[in-house]
Amino acid sequence: MDKVMEMKHITKIFPGTIANDDVTFELLKGETHVLLGENGAGKTTLMNILYGLYQPEKGDIFLNGQVSKINNPNDAIKLGIGMVHQHFMLIDKFTVTENIILGIEPKIGLKIDMKKAINDVKELAEKYAFNIEPTAKIEDISVGQQQKVEILKALYRGADILILDEPTAVLTPQEIDELGTIIDNLKKEGKSFILITHKLKEVMKMSDRVTIIRRGKVTGTVYTKETSIDELAELMVGRKVNLTVNKSEAKIGKDMLVVENLQVKNHRGILAVKGVNLTVRAGEIVGIAGVDGNGQTELVEALTGLIKPQNGKVMLDGKDIFNKTPREISDSGVGHVPEDRQKRGLILDFSLFENSILGLYHKLPFSKGIIMKYNEIRKHSQRLISEFDVRTPSDEVTAGSLSGGNQQKLIVAREISKNPNILIAAQPTRGLDVGAIEYIHKRIVEERDKGKAVLLVSLELDEILSLSDRIAVMYDGNVVDILERKDADERKLGILMAGGTVKNGKEVRDGE
Amino acid sequence: MVSNSETKSNKFLLAAKYVVRSLAFPLFAIFISFFVAVFFVMWSKGYGITQYFTALTDLIGIIITGSFGSTDQTLQTMNYVTPLIFTGIASAVSFKCGIFNIGVEGQFTLGILAAAVVGQIHGLSPIVHIPLIILSGTVAGGLWGSIPGFLKAKLGINEVINCIMLNYIAMYVVNFVIMRTPAGIHGKGQTPIIQDSAKLMKLNGVSFGIIIALICAVVVFWLLWKTTKGYEIRAVGINPHASEYGGINISKNIIFAMVLSGAIAGLGGAVHLSGTVYMTTDLLSFIGYGMDGIAVALLAKSNPIGCIPSALLFGTLESSSRILQINNIPKEVVYLIQSVVIVFVATDYIVDYFKEKKRKKGAVVNG
Repeated sequence: MDKVMEMKHITKIFPGTIANDDVTFELLKGETHVLLGENGAGKTTLMNILYGLYQPEKGDIFLNGQVSKINNPNDAIKLGIGMVHQHFMLIDKFTVTENIILGIEPKIGLKIDMKKAINDVKELAEKYAFNIEPTAKIEDISVGQQQKVEILKALYRGADILILDEPTAVLTPQEIDELGTIIDNLKKEGKSFILITHKLKEVMKMSDRVTIIRRGKVTGTVYTKETSIDELAELMVGRKVNLTVNKSEAKIGKDMLVVENLQVKNHRGILAVKGVNLTVRAGEIVGIAGVDGNGQTELVEALTGLIKPQNGKVMLDGKDIFNKTPREISDSGVGHVPEDRQKRGLILDFSLFENSILGLYHKLPFSKGIIMKYNEIRKHSQRLISEFDVRTPSDEVTAGSLSGGNQQKLIVAREISKNPNILIAAQPTRGLDVGAIEYIHKRIVEERDKGKAVLLVSLELDEILSLSDRIAVMYDGNVVDILERKDADERKLGILMAGGTVKNGKEVRDGE
Repeated sequence: MVSNSETKSNKFLLAAKYVVRSLAFPLFAIFISFFVAVFFVMWSKGYGITQYFTALTDLIGIIITGSFGSTDQTLQTMNYVTPLIFTGIASAVSFKCGIFNIGVEGQFTLGILAAAVVGQIHGLSPIVHIPLIILSGTVAGGLWGSIPGFLKAKLGINEVINCIMLNYIAMYVVNFVIMRTPAGIHGKGQTPIIQDSAKLMKLNGVSFGIIIALICAVVVFWLLWKTTKGYEIRAVGINPHASEYGGINISKNIIFAMVLSGAIAGLGGAVHLSGTVYMTTDLLSFIGYGMDGIAVALLAKSNPIGCIPSALLFGTLESSSRILQINNIPKEVVYLIQSVVIVFVATDYIVDYFKEKKRKKGAVVNG
C-alpha cells in the first residue's frame, strides 16, 4: 500500500519541554493508525503540527511522497487533511447543513445556495451511509450524531486523511460500535484515519497499526494483530501495569446513604435530577454510569450541599443531610472527590499545606478558636504527601504547580484522611495517566475494604465495571436501573445509558 | 529524604527568592516612574539633555529635604502617611477577599464625621473620650462598608457601583451635618474644634496615630495569615468555588471583609481627625485619602505590612508637592510619579494574567 502521509524526524520544543523528540510517523492509504500515549506524551502536539497549528523546529512532512509545508489549518484542509477535535466545533443554533458548509458556502450571487448545499450534504451522507438529517439543528441531535457531522464537515472539504482526537470520550458503547462501522466504510473508499487515544480497549478493536509515544519519543510501532493490551500498556507507561483491579468479595454492612425521590434543579433552573432513589451500603462501591449531562453532576452536588435540592430525602447513617450546608454535610462524614479538581477541589494559588486542610481547617488539631496551628497543619500535609506518594519538591509549593495526577492524589488523600462514612468520588481519574489511575483505584478499593461506603460517578464504563459492586445507570435525570456487578456488561449498560430497557439482568427486552 | 539542615537552607533560599520576586516589580515601577518624571523636571527648569543627573538629584533632593528636612516637615509628612496606611490596609483587606472596595473614601469620610461629632461631647475624661472617638469612627466606617457588602453577598449587586454612590452620599452627609445641624457651624462651613479631651496624645510631637496605624497593619497581617478567618477570606478571594466546596460560607466572608475594610477606613478617619485636623470643613470634593489608599494597596500587592512603606512613598510625595512648586517644579510631577507607579503595578497584574493563560494553554497543548 502507498504511504499517504509521512512525518519524518519531527522535533517540537516548548519552553521547558521537548514535546516531540525526533518523531517519525507514517500513514498508509486505507489504514487506521492509532497514536497512543499518556496525557502529556505529545500526541496532540504532533497532530497539531500535521494540521498546521504549530510549526516544528525540525523535520519534514511528506504528503503522497512530496515535501509539504503546512503553515496553518487552511493549508492542511487544502492538502486533504481533516481534524475532528475532542470538543466539537459546531454552532448549536445552526442546522447540520449550515455547519457543514460554514466558510465554503455554495453561492448564487451573494445569496447562499441552500438547496444545493442540502443536496450536497444529503448525497455525501448517503454515499458513506451516514444516517443524518441535513436540516436538523445541532442542539436537537445526539452527541454521536454531532460527531458524524464533524466527520462530514471534514469530508465535505475533501479530506483524505482524517484525524480524530479522543473520538470515543463522549460516546456510549453502541455509538462507539457505530463509529467503527463508519470508519470501516470510509476506509473502503480509500480514506485514512489517525486516532488519538489513551484507551487501550478501543485501540485493539478499531485499529490496524499503533504508534506509541512516551514523553515525546516514539517507543514503538506495532501491528494491532500482533500485540496485546498488556504489551501496549507497557510500551505506553514504560513499566508493567496492573490493569485489572484486584478486589475481594464485598462485605456488605448496613445502609449508609439512603436517597429517596431526590429532585434537583440545575443552574439554569431546569429539573436535572428527577426523583432519584438510591442506597449505598457500608463496604460496597456503587458506580453511577451514564452519558455526560444526565444529571450525575447535579446529583453529586446536591448530596454534598453545593446546590440546593428541591425535594426528597437524604439520610446518612440515619442522620438527615437533606438541604444542609457543605460544612454540615462534610462534618457528618461525607468525603467528596469533586469532578472538577481545579475549580472545586483545590485552591491553585494556595500552598499544598493550605490545601491539605480545605474543609478541615476549622477543627482540632488544625485550629483552636480562630488561631491556625501551622505546626499540626504542616505535619498533616507532609503525612498525606508521603502516604499518598504525591510527587512534589515540598509542601510549600502552590497546588497549581503540580501535575494533574498529583493534584488528584492530594485531593483523594485529604478526603480519605477525613475518615468519612461515605466517599463520593466523581470522575476520580479523569485526564490522569495510567500509573495514577492504577494508584487511585487501589485506594478507593481500600476504602471499601475498610468498610466505608463508596459512591463512584464516572463516564468511563471500564472504570465503573472494574470498581463497582453494584451499578446504577442514570439517564435523563433518573436512575433507570440498578444492576449487580455480575449481571452487568458493557452492552447492557450501553443500552440503559441510551435510554433503553433491559429485563432484570437476564434478557434484552427492547432497545436493540 | 533530605537532611534537616538542607531543608532549612532550602527554606531560607525559597523565602529569599520569594521576597526578591515580590519586591522586584514594585521597586522597578518606582525606578521607572522617577526616570520618566525627571524629563518633566528638565523641561520645566529648562535643563539640557546632558543635565539629566542634575535634574534627578534636584528632584530627589527636593522631595527628601521637603519632606524630612526638619522635624516639623517630618511630622507634617507623617500626617500624610498615617491615613494612607489605614486606607491602604482597608483596600488590601477587600482585595484579599476578591472584592473591590472603592468605597474606602466614603468610609474614611464617615469616620471623620463620626469623630468630629463625638469629639464635641463636653466633660469626658480623655481615658473615656479617646477610645470613644476612635470607636465611633470605626463603627461608622464599618456600617458604611457593610451596605455594599451585604448587597453583594445577598443580592449579587456589584460592589463597585454601590461603593461609588455611597462615597458621594457620605460626602453630602458631611455637608448636611455642617450646614443643617447644631453639630456644625453653618457660618464657617466647618465643625467646631473637638474638645481637648478627645485629642489624640502626642509622643515627642508625633501623633499617636502612626502607632495605631502600625499596630493595625500587624494585626491585619496576623488575622489574614494566622487565623481561620483569614484563611477563609483568602480562599474566597482566590477561588470561591473551591471555598464553597471546603465548607466556607462565601456570603458571610464577603460581608465580614467589607465590614472589616470599612472599619479600618473609618478608624483611619477618626485617627486623622482626633490626631491631626481636629475638625472637618464642608466638602466640595473627596478628601482623597481613600482613593490614594487603592494605589497604596496595589503597590503593596495587598499585603498589610507592605502598605507601610507603600504609604510612606505616597505620603512623602504628597507632602513634598508644595516645596516642589516653590522650586519651580510643577507639583503635577508628584501625580505623574504616582500614576506611572500605578500603571506599572497594574502591568504586573496583567503579566500574571497572561502567564496564567499561557500555562493553561500549555496544559491543553500537552493534553
